Amino acid sequence: MRRIGDAPVVRRLLIGAALVLSALFLLLPLVAIFAQAFSEGVMVFWANVSNTFTLHAIGLTLMIALLTIPVCLVFGVALAWLVTRFSFPGRRILQTLIDIPFAVSPVVAGLIYLLLYGRNGWIGTWLDGHDIQLMFAWPGILMVTIFVTCPFVARELIPLMQAQGSREEEAAVTLGASGWTTFRRVTLPNIRWALLYGVILTNARAVGEFGAVSVVSGAIRGQTNTLPLHLEQLYQDYNAVGAFACAALLAFIALLTLAAKAGLEWRAARREAFA
Amino acid sequence: MALPTIFRRSLIAIALGVTVSGSAVAQERELLNSSYDIARELFAAINPEFQAWWQEEHGEEIAISQSHGGSSAQARAILQGLRADVVTFNQVTDVQVLADAGLVAEDWQDAFENNASPYYSTTAFLVRKGNPKGIESWDDLVQEDVEMVFPNPKTSGNGRYTYLAAWGFAENEFDGDEEQIEEFMSTFLANVAVFDTGGRGATTSFIEREIGDVLISFESEVNNIRSEYGSDDYEVIVPPVSILAEFPVAVVGENAERNGNSDLAQSYLEYLYTEETQRLLAGFNYRVHNEAVVEEFADQFPETELLEVDDVFGSWDEVMETHFGSGGRLDQLQRR
Amino acid sequence: MSQLATWRTGSTRVLPGFGLSMGISVLFISLVLLLPITGLFGQLAGLSFAEYWAIITEGRVVASYMVTIGAAAVAAIINAIFGLLLAWVLVRYEFPGKRLLDALMDLPFALPTAVAGITLATLYASSGWMGQLLEPLGFQVAYTWVGIALAMAFTSIPFVVRTVQPVLEDLPAEVDEAAMSLGATDGVAFRRVILPHIWPALVTGTGLAFVRSLGEFGAIIFIAGNMPYETEITALMIFVKLQEYDYAGASAIASVVLFVSLALLLAINVWQGRFVRRLHGGKG
Repeated sequence: MRRIGDAPVVRRLLIGAALVLSALFLLLPLVAIFAQAFSEGVMVFWANVSNTFTLHAIGLTLMIALLTIPVCLVFGVALAWLVTRFSFPGRRILQTLIDIPFAVSPVVAGLIYLLLYGRNGWIGTWLDGHDIQLMFAWPGILMVTIFVTCPFVARELIPLMQAQGSREEEAAVTLGASGWTTFRRVTLPNIRWALLYGVILTNARAVGEFGAVSVVSGAIRGQTNTLPLHLEQLYQDYNAVGAFACAALLAFIALLTLAAKAGLEWRAARREAFA
Repeated sequence: MALPTIFRRSLIAIALGVTVSGSAVAQERELLNSSYDIARELFAAINPEFQAWWQEEHGEEIAISQSHGGSSAQARAILQGLRADVVTFNQVTDVQVLADAGLVAEDWQDAFENNASPYYSTTAFLVRKGNPKGIESWDDLVQEDVEMVFPNPKTSGNGRYTYLAAWGFAENEFDGDEEQIEEFMSTFLANVAVFDTGGRGATTSFIEREIGDVLISFESEVNNIRSEYGSDDYEVIVPPVSILAEFPVAVVGENAERNGNSDLAQSYLEYLYTEETQRLLAGFNYRVHNEAVVEEFADQFPETELLEVDDVFGSWDEVMETHFGSGGRLDQLQRR
Repeated sequence: MSQLATWRTGSTRVLPGFGLSMGISVLFISLVLLLPITGLFGQLAGLSFAEYWAIITEGRVVASYMVTIGAAAVAAIINAIFGLLLAWVLVRYEFPGKRLLDALMDLPFALPTAVAGITLATLYASSGWMGQLLEPLGFQVAYTWVGIALAMAFTSIPFVVRTVQPVLEDLPAEVDEAAMSLGATDGVAFRRVILPHIWPALVTGTGLAFVRSLGEFGAIIFIAGNMPYETEITALMIFVKLQEYDYAGASAIASVVLFVSLALLLAINVWQGRFVRRLHGGKG
């Protein structure tokens, strides 16, 4: 069975083009980062990474990402289900509203949270009176990270679920399956890779977000400094190696997530082969 | 298996993070210093000294936390609720904003000596080895073949000082003739090769991208850059006339009181005026007031006529409005 | 409530979960997205319309719109072509290094944008690896609007790849087998059979990439040069206003970007809905 683009010439040409372009456009920057990070040897790299403040920044960044993902997951699935499985007035508007985070410059995103929950904001004043501090503490960082990353899961699911249509699910429900069972048995297997992509993108963005977080974090070292903020600080201070060591760590976290995805895919494929 | 491993690792990392921050806030009093973005190493050197001194004087162990960022962004954060006890900025206007909002005492400039500026600097040039374009002063910068790099005055206080120093020079040179000053300034601005948003970006453009013949920045900065990137490749030029750049400090009264740190905050800033600290500051290429230290480091800081913003331009408020505000002098000069 | 029931029955849906998914979505959107946005409009309320208009039509700001939109459009076109190529290669072919290539796709999101900016500027400056190759050929990338477009393309490429990829993966093998068995050439079969299926995803991805580019700041400022009227982007204008503690001015310019972006996204969504409905014969 021959598929489109299977001719050897076309195949080689396309793969070649993709590899060359990616190498220049994506791999080269990555190589440059690692080259800078290790430019003064492994020991200097390690000294920068194992610094107390760097370790704290890594911990905080991962914690924020781990808390962000479930929230975005639940919201993304609910929204995708809503807009692809039902039709109701205002559906397009709802679907567009979730794109607000893409339309708002990250720095502005941070600012609007600050204006609302900061000392002079109308929620902030109340919070301040009760001695609750959200901004310039980790809850504030979490809030803006959720804001910035919330469209990803929904955005991955909607085109796919739209393309798939709802016939299979309708059949299952007609046959008497409960809503939850239908979702788990019929929908989930169809969307799991898109879901995983969504989570990976969410994670990647949550880990790397700078603009919005920089506004609400206060950048207190050892307390509210995330890895990207710490990196910026090192760069400002002429510690280029330290800054690029942090950048290498961030790139490494991204690659690690991808390795996790590859592992899951491999396992699923094996299970299917045995089934 | 891949996912659980990640989880486990992250949890360990979080636990680590929590213990680190936990130990810092547990019993000790903690002072938060909000500072500008290139002062990390400076305060990393000063803080342990102060902690030891305080321990000796009062028998109390204290912790000091640092927050660094662009001076304006730092002031904005405090306005919106960052509970810093003290500010150590590089812009008078950014402290004034806090004073206007009632967070800092109105007479903050009288609270400490020398206009509450324990150290100061000026605007200087960094040129490539041998100074091939022969740049000695501001009028050498408006030659046709000179390209400059300095941060955008719209986004950087550092850039504002450069603009004001050039203006001050022109004002002296042309005896206040508006037309000639403006012509000088528009040529000056036209010779800028890149407008980075901050001092660090400008340095990268000049050093690593090899753009321009001269980098203009704080004297302390150009000296640090020179020692960082090789004293054989660059030369520092301090022009005969330049501008006084103050590094103002203040206690954020409301926060310090709330945190129970008023005494600590006051002492911390006073400590910046002690001879030992002044010596330390001079080591970071800042000019200081302590006479003994000034004498000691005399070779390092060439004599130069320092213009003061209040004398040349009236006040910072006026400068910000007439020069840097929207539609102000700077905008007019840059209009095509 | 009765009206809600009519909508549901009106759509002839038998699926459950309307209330739950509606509840979660509306609550989340209100709290996380809309509530903070009111802060933006709160700032705008402090301006008269004349003041608002003066801020958003100031010469330098208008020049920045031109630079930003032009560069974002170029970046989006590059991404549409390059992204489609990458998605296709990743889904359809097996080759050594495929996993690595797949992993590379998310790199632009994972890197803080400032790192991306510094790295790109280093590579494409005349002293950098790429700059040394390109400059003798007469291409100056760093500190021109080409650099801006490049940084935008870099930060938004995952949008296209990751939107097209799942749809392409989901396409059953029979679809193109059928086309090929009819004797169509690869090109024709791709255009006639594949493209209609992935078109909505491709346009969505490209649209998102474009919109993301409009707001990008960190990756661009290092490579842009930031010369007034020539290489200043709109996000920089917002940043300048913030430095001046002019929240209202910053909000005014931000609102222009917000409105343009939302209008564009709404248009994409409406179009996509029509398109899918047509493709599925009235269902969607």
